Amino acid sequence: MLDLTWLLIAVPLASSAFLLLGGKRLDPWGHWVGVAASGTAFLVGLVALIQMLGLDSHDRAHAVHLFSWIPGGELNLDAGLLVDPLSMTFVMLVTFVGTLIHLYSVAYMEHDPSRRRFFAYLNLFVAAMLLLVLADSYLLLFVGWEGVGLASYLLIGFWNHKPEYATAANKAFVVNRIGDMGLIIAMGLMFTYFGALDFDSVFAAAEGASTAQLTAIGLALLVAACGKSAQFPLQSWLGDAMAGPTPVSALIHAATMVTAGVYLIVRSAPIYEGAPAAQTTVAAIGAFTLILGALIGMAKDDIKKALAASTMSQIGYMVLAAGLGPIGYAFAIFHLVTHGFFKAGMFLGAGSVMHGMNDQVDMRRFGALRTAMVTTWVTFGLGWLAILGVPPFSGFWSKDKIIEAAFVGEGAQPWILGGAALIGAGLTAFYMSRLFFMTFHGKARWTDDQHPHESPALMTVPMIILAVGSAFLGLFLAMGDRFTMWLEPVTGHAEHHEPVLPVAVIMIATLALVALGVWAAWRKYGVADVPELAPAASLATIAARNDMFQDSVNRGVFERPGTHLTRTLVYADAALVDSAVDKTAGGWARTGESVRKTQNGQVRSYALTMLVGLVIVILVVVQGGL
Amino acid sequence: MDPINFVILASVLFAIGAAAVLLRRNAIIAFMGVELMLNAANLALVAFSRIHGEIDGQIMAFFVLVVAAAEVVVGLAIIIAVFRARQTISLDEPAELKG
Repeated sequence: MLDLTWLLIAVPLASSAFLLLGGKRLDPWGHWVGVAASGTAFLVGLVALIQMLGLDSHDRAHAVHLFSWIPGGELNLDAGLLVDPLSMTFVMLVTFVGTLIHLYSVAYMEHDPSRRRFFAYLNLFVAAMLLLVLADSYLLLFVGWEGVGLASYLLIGFWNHKPEYATAANKAFVVNRIGDMGLIIAMGLMFTYFGALDFDSVFAAAEGASTAQLTAIGLALLVAACGKSAQFPLQSWLGDAMAGPTPVSALIHAATMVTAGVYLIVRSAPIYEGAPAAQTTVAAIGAFTLILGALIGMAKDDIKKALAASTMSQIGYMVLAAGLGPIGYAFAIFHLVTHGFFKAGMFLGAGSVMHGMNDQVDMRRFGALRTAMVTTWVTFGLGWLAILGVPPFSGFWSKDKIIEAAFVGEGAQPWILGGAALIGAGLTAFYMSRLFFMTFHGKARWTDDQHPHESPALMTVPMIILAVGSAFLGLFLAMGDRFTMWLEPVTGHAEHHEPVLPVAVIMIATLALVALGVWAAWRKYGVADVPELAPAASLATIAARNDMFQDSVNRGVFERPGTHLTRTLVYADAALVDSAVDKTAGGWARTGESVRKTQNGQVRSYALTMLVGLVIVILVVVQGGL
Repeated sequence: MDPINFVILASVLFAIGAAAVLLRRNAIIAFMGVELMLNAANLALVAFSRIHGEIDGQIMAFFVLVVAAAEVVVGLAIIIAVFRARQTISLDEPAELKG
């Protein structure tokens, strides 16, 4: 079955092509084809997983050769798949959560005339994402990388009849291009230094490469990861990406695609092993982004944008863990998986709320929904407890380990990284509780035409399954270090290091901060009345509401100078190059005009000209003695 | 008599002919100027033939006479055609050669 893993990619891809080419006659049942394709991929993945679990842990990496892709003189590259515990983890996450979200979308998109197109794009995304994680070379990974970028673009702009949604799609695409450039540069460096792009050769060559080479590659890969995973300074697209339909936000912009950057870093572990500077940069970026995202999430009133800020912050945790080296890799992926469950669940919950509230997204107009939407309230609540890191829910097992690992090290680094992770946990508790209480508790602040109701079973069942995952998956995988052992063949064995603080102290401090965050949110948004319009606020809150002015900064630092540069170049082109050509041509035209005057049609003046010419010729002949 | 005098006379005749072509508006008069220049050239050829004691110049003069006769026929025909078309033979009128 492991040799048939290409089916994972082929089935959704074929389904996507079928749905796109099939035309309107597929409208009544086409979406079920999409669900079936995703479900088939899940079943194939499940069988492969069971087979892999039966193997000895050292034999679990399985290479599948597909075809000779680029047979060149210096670059011989085969397209192949690498099926190992890491890629298998992603396959299961993508296909399982993906299938649930496909199912949810059937109901969520029921009244949308282009539901078939939506499912075609979703299938395209699943195929591209699986190609990304299964590829056995950076170049094939890049194909998937671009594929998910395309699917993300198409789905963010799915309702592109609204200009601002189309703009959001463009923004995501453009920002991602910067990250893609990082990946292209990294591949160029790999080819220059090592002459190869497949994982095996690159990682083998990386052991003998110099620190400078590995640092350059590592930083270029980090740029790629930042673009895809919405990490600082390329984070600005994620908030706007919420323009897409909510299932898209759940699948692509919470559970899977945005975590591709974490996958890239963990997959490239042998490169980062030899480049401590790049590794530290990764951790620093992660720590910075997790605080940044949390601060933004604290001020957002749009439920989806608050969740997007939370995603950014949680991926910050994963990137931080990935930047810690072998002690963090497994926990980065662990948190990625649990986050995939609870965040997708919460996004689906948000979608359910919007479904019942006429697509309202302003949390200030929610409130008291726990009575109207019990299932949504309970499932969202489980996701909320999971992201808070309350034991025994999933997030506790993954996030707490990251915080613990961040405190390992020497000098100031563990205090800074660990401190950021610790404070981030408190902030997370505050903003998620704020979101939860504003939506489901307090007084109803609905507009008059809103009659909240529970969503149909097709939507609630996926939410319930994801909520169960949010609750127990972490415990299940953490028991006996099951998940760490599973990933060990890929991420390497981590020596046990003691954090600078005792583990118990860290855990108690984390839980205390979480409790503090929840209590503060409860006081402000659960007990007290929430104003229906955002009140005037301090400068810090205004900054957070505006995404820390990221758009203004981008505009001021990159867009304005770029615009002025191009304007200057256009002016220089017109003033120098164009005018030189114009003036030369104009000169010849004027010369022609003046010569033209001699052609006046007067026979006698022609005769005079001839005579003068004749005289000159004679003079030359006579004087020159020719 | 010194044959150089014939050369001087030829020069004078040529200058008169050239002046007639350049200064007169009437096509017939200008045409006569052309004839005068041709004959001045003939005279110069014959005079040089005499000076050098060779026959070549005189042979050349016969050729010129023949060409001049043909030229008169064509030239007068053109002038008459122009007159029929425009009711004038002023050289300044037709400016159709204008570029």
